[in-house]
Amino acid sequence: MKYADEFRNRVIAEGLARAIAAEADPQRLYHFIEFCGGHTHAICRYGLEDMLPGNVRMIHGPGCPVCVLPPGRIDMAITLAERDEVILCVYGDLMRVPGSQGQSLLRAKARGADIRIVYSALDAIRTAEQTPDRNAVFFAIGFEATTPPTAVMIQVAEKRQLGNFSVFCNHMLTPAAMNSILESPDIRDIGRIEVDGFVGPGHVSTIIGTEPYEPFAEEFGKPVVIAGFEPLDVMQAILMLVRQVNEGRYEVENQYGRAVTREGNLLAKKKMSDIFELRDQFEWRGLGLVPYGGLKLKQAYAQFDAEVRFAMHELRVADNPACDCGAILRAVKKPADCKLFGTVCTPETPMGSCMVSAEGACAAHWIYGRFRGPQLRRAS
Amino acid sequence: MRAKAYQDKLDIKNGCVDLSHGSGGRAMAQLISGLFHEAFGNEWLARGNDQSAFDVRAGRMVMTTDGYVISPLFFPGGDIGSLAVHGTVNDVAMAGARPLYLSASFIIEEGFRFSDLKMIADSMGEAARAAGVYIITGDTKVVERGKADGLFISTTGVGVLPDGLDLSAEKARVGDRVLVSGSLGDHGVAIMSKRQNFAFETEIVSDSAALYDLVAEMLAAGGGGIRAMRDPTRGGLAATLNEIAHQSGLGFRLQEEAIPVKPAVLAACELLGLDPLYVANEGKLVAIVAPEIADAVLAAMRANPLGRDAADIGEAVDDDHQFVQLSTSFGGGRIVDWLSGEQLPRIC
Repeated sequence: MKYADEFRNRVIAEGLARAIAAEADPQRLYHFIEFCGGHTHAICRYGLEDMLPGNVRMIHGPGCPVCVLPPGRIDMAITLAERDEVILCVYGDLMRVPGSQGQSLLRAKARGADIRIVYSALDAIRTAEQTPDRNAVFFAIGFEATTPPTAVMIQVAEKRQLGNFSVFCNHMLTPAAMNSILESPDIRDIGRIEVDGFVGPGHVSTIIGTEPYEPFAEEFGKPVVIAGFEPLDVMQAILMLVRQVNEGRYEVENQYGRAVTREGNLLAKKKMSDIFELRDQFEWRGLGLVPYGGLKLKQAYAQFDAEVRFAMHELRVADNPACDCGAILRAVKKPADCKLFGTVCTPETPMGSCMVSAEGACAAHWIYGRFRGPQLRRAS
Repeated sequence: MRAKAYQDKLDIKNGCVDLSHGSGGRAMAQLISGLFHEAFGNEWLARGNDQSAFDVRAGRMVMTTDGYVISPLFFPGGDIGSLAVHGTVNDVAMAGARPLYLSASFIIEEGFRFSDLKMIADSMGEAARAAGVYIITGDTKVVERGKADGLFISTTGVGVLPDGLDLSAEKARVGDRVLVSGSLGDHGVAIMSKRQNFAFETEIVSDSAALYDLVAEMLAAGGGGIRAMRDPTRGGLAATLNEIAHQSGLGFRLQEEAIPVKPAVLAACELLGLDPLYVANEGKLVAIVAPEIADAVLAAMRANPLGRDAADIGEAVDDDHQFVQLSTSFGGGRIVDWLSGEQLPRIC
């Protein structure tokens, strides 16, 4: 496959693996968080961890929008979908995310709620057009990379005067979450793990650029390398992080130059700021209330805001107390440290959201990496 | 002169199924004789009984049953009718048995067009003839609008086993080779490309096909060295190998580079975030064979058009965890686990 195989080349990968092994100081450990679920997926799917020296460890971060959606937002969506006039249009990944008390959109659908799986916001617009006597609500979720399409759809709905289309907005902002991770008491005070650097978001950065990470790198003294999602991108980013650590640098570097600039996509940023504004705070599963962690529709577009139109009440629901998703999302614990992992919590019966999406840290570890060890290494 | 059986001819072009076609009255009899008997044409159905009698030889027989609820009903490379034949004869054939007879049960939604039903029945008849099997008994039910999505078909297949043949997954041994008969994921991607909300352009057509001839040629080449065969339908190669691992108590070690996947399927999977190892096939088989006959069986597979792209993709290994492991083309390793949830509903 052209433009994909080039970034999955084994010979180049082996060269990068040798360079990482040669440059990583055997006297120390390197802990890097890959922020994005897409990076987690690449690492697991291609078996990258087998190619890294034992002292370079990757920690799966919180960058899967499904995983950080708190159960209260799922409960709100279920209540909304149970209204007779509502067709809730959602991405398939969301269907099994646990709300409170074992509820999920999948179960609500089985009970009769009109919930339809869509593949883009445009499908939700079509649903609104095809069912003028019902209300189509798009369950918008994702970080900055998926926000501009939602903005465009709201503009389309306005232009077409679609009175029966609205958006349940759950868009979140990544730099706020990265700050929140490093400011979490577990990391700041207890220092249970030392984070040496971040593989920074790829798709998100195509929109927001590399600039927003600069104050972060400066303030926390941690290197950030923005990386693409192909396995060679991730390998190269790891090498760049090892070099920064070795040289005592903490800069924002851009490995993903073929898609990301310092300024980002100005048009997309403008669309976002035209339609959305910051929420004072937004709850992230595992991180709690993150200041300025999410977006909402501006007052001028309130007619397309499902929370306004249907007078939805904000719900906050505590996670299952035994579930360690919070600590795992903050990279304080590994999936296998959670006592639910692989016992009552599996991809078939997820307790926490990290087990739901294929990009979630727990699901990725379960599917691709559990019992990783000598046995698997023999296979390669 | 014989009395005219029915008042009006079945209006295949413009008519549609209504509740009377499932009521047991004249309309149902007309639908069955005018449409299904016509399409399936054989001596058993012509006798018009509620069941069919057939001769059995001494020895062991094989029986299987399957329901078909695919959406859309027509897709590149086939339709629900041909699929309902291929799927069931393949389940018989995976035991090494020659499929002989099928039953077919139709649950039809009120309002379903005769013209579509005829196309599907004709396609079933054609698929059955090509596979050398007869549809010798059937049933028709009509349900109210909204109670079924157009048409559901259920088929049962019967076949005969050669003397002494007993293929079964628990017979797999450490060192056995894993052979696949061709490229993976064609069916699932072809279906996806036609889904509402999802349509994309691709030249990929479903691989839906009857596999008994290929099986017979493999048995002739491999004899007793073939341990088990399975058609990797729902859940794809991953589900099939995990099942076999579970049954045999062994693990499998695969080489990603050796697994045949068409570039267009890879591209579609890339775009949709799917893994071709989990995507359904309807005209492929996986065989676990003793290492000493693997090359001979592979050569026999490649000599058949349905096995032209057959490949040796890995081996059975000793593994208490019963994992299916993959050495990636990139140079790493990973587990190919059971599918969780549903990659795609209603693909067969």
